[in-house]
Amino acid sequence: MDFLTLIQVLDSTVRLATPLLLACLAGLFSERAGIFDIGLEGKMLMAAFFSAAVAATTGNVWLGLLAGIASSLVLSGLHGLASITFRGNQLISGVAINFLAAGMTVLIAQDWFQQGGRTPSLFSGGRFEPINLPFADALADVPVLGPIYSELLSGHSVLVYLAFLAVPATAWILFGTRFGLRLRAVGENPAAVDTAGVSVVGLRYAAVMICGLLCGIAGAYLATALQAGFVKDMTAGRGFIALAALIFAKWRPWHALGACLLFGLLQAVALRFQNIEIGTFVIPVQMMDALPYILTVVILAGFVGKAVPPKAGGEPYVKER
Amino acid sequence: MDKMPKWADVVLIPLISLILAAILSALVILGIGEDPIAAVNLMVSGALGSTYGWGYTLYYATNFLFTGLAVSVAFHARLFNIGGEGQAMLGGLGVALVCLYIPWPHWSLALIFASLGAAVFGAAWAAIPAYLQAKRGSHIVITTIMFNFIAAAVLNYVLVNLLRPEGSMDPATARFPEAVHLPSLHEILAPIGIEFSKAAPANVSFLVAVAACIAVWLLIWRTKLGYEIRAYGNSEYGALYAGISPVKITMVAMLISGGLAGMMATNNVMGEAERLVLNSTEGAGFIGIAVALMGRSHPFGVFLAAILFGFLYQGGAELALWTSIPRELIVVIQALVILFTGALDNMVRGPLERIFLALRRGKV
Repeated sequence: MDFLTLIQVLDSTVRLATPLLLACLAGLFSERAGIFDIGLEGKMLMAAFFSAAVAATTGNVWLGLLAGIASSLVLSGLHGLASITFRGNQLISGVAINFLAAGMTVLIAQDWFQQGGRTPSLFSGGRFEPINLPFADALADVPVLGPIYSELLSGHSVLVYLAFLAVPATAWILFGTRFGLRLRAVGENPAAVDTAGVSVVGLRYAAVMICGLLCGIAGAYLATALQAGFVKDMTAGRGFIALAALIFAKWRPWHALGACLLFGLLQAVALRFQNIEIGTFVIPVQMMDALPYILTVVILAGFVGKAVPPKAGGEPYVKER
Repeated sequence: MDKMPKWADVVLIPLISLILAAILSALVILGIGEDPIAAVNLMVSGALGSTYGWGYTLYYATNFLFTGLAVSVAFHARLFNIGGEGQAMLGGLGVALVCLYIPWPHWSLALIFASLGAAVFGAAWAAIPAYLQAKRGSHIVITTIMFNFIAAAVLNYVLVNLLRPEGSMDPATARFPEAVHLPSLHEILAPIGIEFSKAAPANVSFLVAVAACIAVWLLIWRTKLGYEIRAYGNSEYGALYAGISPVKITMVAMLISGGLAGMMATNNVMGEAERLVLNSTEGAGFIGIAVALMGRSHPFGVFLAAILFGFLYQGGAELALWTSIPRELIVVIQALVILFTGALDNMVRGPLERIFLALRRGKV
């Protein structure tokens, strides 16, 4: 593999890792507060549809982004209602949200656009355009550093940079602020937080809403930046890979960045090279497709360091009387 | 604790949840500019109005019976098996291998061994997540989801590279030989004078599924193993003190669950398609979750719920055929059923408990 191919693979790694990273951080907030969320996939899908639909109708991608976030927040609210207020089973609620999104997006898309469950293709104003960092063109010819700067770092949409900035922001919010301390505490020992006079319900709703916000951005990125428009089931399991990355990262923001880049790289390689030959042995493309999931199972099994989820995760909090 | 009579818990709550889901579904149909009453009429006549419609309804119901039972058995041990889809896919592989490589003299013999093959493959696919849950404490929900994706990749690989007949572009196996074709309900009912549509895919596996219902009922409520599974599901620590091994129960419950999910393949692979194709399960593994939740994990409830979902599936297909409502409407209805019967359970139960409490106080 020559240098240019490497740069190109890394470039698409960044693009493919972005939605994973946003969804992974979304799950991070939710699960740190003790609310399991396997509905990341559904929220992303819903946001992808509404962002594309609104961007296609208004021609304004920012309105699309807002619509995507709003739709994702609605699903988050539903998850909160089911799992916080009514203390229902968080996993079942997540499953329901995934189905709801898969069905509703196609249903509404068909009703609005009559194009077999997709939105019209998005043109210039309806898409997030690549941003060229300063001097990217001028530096392109500089050996080694030139391509890295102009190809790999420059030329992504604003949401990519936003996603990468979200990592230090998440780390700071969780580990540097009072809100973050309480949020983490509510995922470990909600009773203690309650005793301290802080609202468990309020904190959990806040976490679930932040999760919705980030999933919304992730979905909008899929439909308005990575691709030009919404197609049926376009998230294609990314929500679950993000969940896998979250476990891989052991619920820590910087590790999440690493895990998402790794899974992004796997996807990029699988996209670019169909069957990989190593000597006489051929790795089939299906193996590459399955690798993130296999890795997750291996990590979950505790063979590569133990992943310990937040203690109160998945348990509804019942205030003692 | 005993605020409500048992019948209210078992019948009333699912019924109210179902009505809520139906009302919201009607609103969704209204929202996309269609008439819900006309839609229901079309669904009923399309799914139940002819033996052709019934044939499809029962065919889908057969799939959901197997996956619904699979989810329920695991549920009794408080294990949430979302891997029915993958287990059913692998079950299809088991069926295909049995049907393609062994020359069967008669379909009945083939069905027995194909069921076994399907169950073994499905159970094997559930065994790894089960083992990891039992021994290494990894979360069964996440691992079974992962195993769905891995199953899709495995099946893709096997069909494209190993089982595809030479010269064929389709990622599918060859057609099964004539001898293993399962009799359809038409062929079963014709000798006793009942005219049943020839074109519908419902077949003898429906009877196998009903038998599986009875077997699961016997297992869960009439055997020691079933008692242990329920005891473990009710209280892990209680079961531990009673000398019930959590590892054994987790493994056994998941193996049975995976086996049942795998057996679905006798219906869709052996009974209908008569060859193994990519995505042969068509989401039936996931619908099993809704079916089990609605049926309260009781085989009879699962039976009713499976018929209901069979009706929804066939009715939805008719809707898609005759109106501009896409098939995805059933996915929405399914989501609402899962939401109300599974996640928002307490929303219905809370007020209902208060009503019963008030009634009881009124009596005293």
